[in-house]
Amino acid sequence: MSAVDQKELAEFSAAAEAWFAENTVKDPGFRLPLTFMEVGTDQQFEFLRDWQNKVWEAGYLGAAWPKAYGGGGLDPEFQKAATAAMRKHDAPIMLNAIGLNWTGPMLLDIGTEEQKSQYLKGILSAEDIWCQGFSEPENGSDLGNAQTRAVRDGDEYVITGSKIWTTQGNYAKYMILLARTNPDAPRKYDGLSFFLAPMRVPGVETMPIRKLTGEYGFTQTFFDGARIPAKGLMGQEGQGWTFAMQLLEYERGVRGGQAGGYIITEQNAFDVVDLARRVKRGGRPAIEDPVLKDKLVDFIIEIQSNALCRQRLAVPPLNQEKPFGIPLASKLMTTEFARRINEFAVSLTGVDGGYYVGDPNAVDDGLWTRAYLNAFSATIGGGTSQIQRNIVAEHALGLPKG
Amino acid sequence: MEKLGELGFSEEQGDLLEVAMNFCRGRSPIETVRGLLTDERGYDPAVWKEIGEMGWLSIAIPESYGGVGLSLAEVVPVAEAMGRYLLNSPFVSTTLTAQALLNGATEDQKQAWLPRLAAGEAATLAVLEAGGDWDLGAPACQAAPAGDGVVLSGQKRFVADASDAALIIVSVTHEGGPALLLLEPGDWPEGALRRETVVDETRRSYELTLDGITVPAARLMPDGQAAATLAHVQLCTNLLSAADMAGANLALIDYTLDYLRTRTQFGKPIGAYQALKHPMVDAYVLYEQARSHVYSAAHCFDRQGEGEVATRMAKVSALEAYSRAGDRSIQFHGGFGFTYDCDAQLHRRRAIWHGAQSGDEAHHKRVLAELLLG
Repeated sequence: MSAVDQKELAEFSAAAEAWFAENTVKDPGFRLPLTFMEVGTDQQFEFLRDWQNKVWEAGYLGAAWPKAYGGGGLDPEFQKAATAAMRKHDAPIMLNAIGLNWTGPMLLDIGTEEQKSQYLKGILSAEDIWCQGFSEPENGSDLGNAQTRAVRDGDEYVITGSKIWTTQGNYAKYMILLARTNPDAPRKYDGLSFFLAPMRVPGVETMPIRKLTGEYGFTQTFFDGARIPAKGLMGQEGQGWTFAMQLLEYERGVRGGQAGGYIITEQNAFDVVDLARRVKRGGRPAIEDPVLKDKLVDFIIEIQSNALCRQRLAVPPLNQEKPFGIPLASKLMTTEFARRINEFAVSLTGVDGGYYVGDPNAVDDGLWTRAYLNAFSATIGGGTSQIQRNIVAEHALGLPKG
Repeated sequence: MEKLGELGFSEEQGDLLEVAMNFCRGRSPIETVRGLLTDERGYDPAVWKEIGEMGWLSIAIPESYGGVGLSLAEVVPVAEAMGRYLLNSPFVSTTLTAQALLNGATEDQKQAWLPRLAAGEAATLAVLEAGGDWDLGAPACQAAPAGDGVVLSGQKRFVADASDAALIIVSVTHEGGPALLLLEPGDWPEGALRRETVVDETRRSYELTLDGITVPAARLMPDGQAAATLAHVQLCTNLLSAADMAGANLALIDYTLDYLRTRTQFGKPIGAYQALKHPMVDAYVLYEQARSHVYSAAHCFDRQGEGEVATRMAKVSALEAYSRAGDRSIQFHGGFGFTYDCDAQLHRRRAIWHGAQSGDEAHHKRVLAELLLG
């Protein structure tokens, strides 16, 4: 075990608690996104960028990253304590998700000194927003078949093609880009390369995608002969798939090193319990309906299941048999849960379920319906639940590929 | 509303988990389990003796009564290991009987019995009756005054491991309320115990006819405490039942996965087909969730309120996961799954047993609804 000074840690934790108690803004006067994929207006973006910057400056983000790159140089236990304080006070999410959780840890693991110096601090301060260019309109789950081209020309690569579901694409300064350098590779995976690519260069355009909720948060990104520096290539040409898979391990939480904080607010089953007390069935609170009660108990058990599984990861003797099982399955567990509980909440609102965001009669401003529709972003993005099941089956349970 | 507990794991739990898994793996390979299905006793007395010698029966008994002085939290990994290898013995019934004594017996009764149970003598509880009620608080069996003692009437069912028990604690109605009393071999006449045919063939269970049995008043545990003791014992039963199922569930999953990897149809291992792969993952996820609940329940068990919520959640979660995995395992084994030789049936029957013995999902969820939602 690491030699963490428990007294220091306790003091840090208490200071973090006090800081978040004092600085968390509950209601800025507009709706705050519940996840980093729901940043749909400039107002939301600016607020969250300032917030992340403020948290970082206070020392509660990147506490465990090296000091040389803008971090706090502390043991990971300190960042855990800061994140716990954030959660406790229901603080807004961290905005720069792709940078903080995936790009940053990967650069810390395998980046060159130059890359670390150039990028890490801007990730923490939210100065430099990062986005991810993996999925393409024709290649979603079959990511290995990505067709966006990267052609070497002197000390540049010329990029042509299109990426989709680029979260915060319209705000991003950099993209982690998976592009094809060799269309003739015998294995499609071996023709891919991984780039740290600037977004603000000629030939890169983003077009907002309107979500099923009617709002924005993603873009499609078009590359039309965009020139990016060749030194943005990670490793060698042809290693793109390996790096992309490594990146997904950060995304799925199998690998650590994340800067801290959270990028998705946790669903609280008790908010739905509260809703069930407020809405009526047959003139009585819905919570008195035994059928609805039974479902609520199921949801409370399940949210507790997910919390306990996460706690169990910190107990190695209870993870011996299938060490990758819970880490690989956690996305599946939590995102499907969020989808189902919000769907249930919509049904609880009864007749008023017919209203939508914007109508004064909508229950809780239509939040439940929007949350349900938005929940699909997580059951589809980052690998659909169906692909997740394949991954768990093949990598945790040892079942053969289809 | 009750608070929800957290997960915790002690060094003692870790040590016991490792030792118990190794022991059960060595003593209870599946051939041995199968061999014991038709054995009258249903377990190997040599293994039972070893369990006693290792001190596992004394884990949750205080030192002042000859025990180790830990708690049920440390019994959980042992119960899980026994479940993993389907190892049958009077371990659970004896442990539960000790808990009943600790909770509701007189000091003399504790002094007399707990050291014996800690040392490895088998004991059991007779609390279930006809009519199938999991609320143990109103026994139909009666104890009526008879001279210096009481005379019993009625019939208990599902008395686990009764044939070898040195002590049976029986629930009765006495002077208008629930009561518990201690029976010893010799108290009941020849023929009072009938071995029952039960769904889980690894178990041994008996019907006990009480009619005409007379015992001295000193055998009664204090009346006022009986309802609380019965409720406590029911929770203990559910905790160890959930641990057993979590243990067995992983064995079942591994057994099924092995078949999915090796059985080929249409030129492919059947585990390559998503129609089997995906529900297998779903069953596996339920298992991991259940195991997390079990160790949370173990950790929180002694806390008022929180312990009960955690235990009932663990039971619901473990029963649902194990039942589901067993059901799917039979199906995924195809024609072989329909045979007695396929181990899937051992597991599916075991899950049915656990639901029947100490409450199914609907039962515990109804109580949880009261505790959580008011």
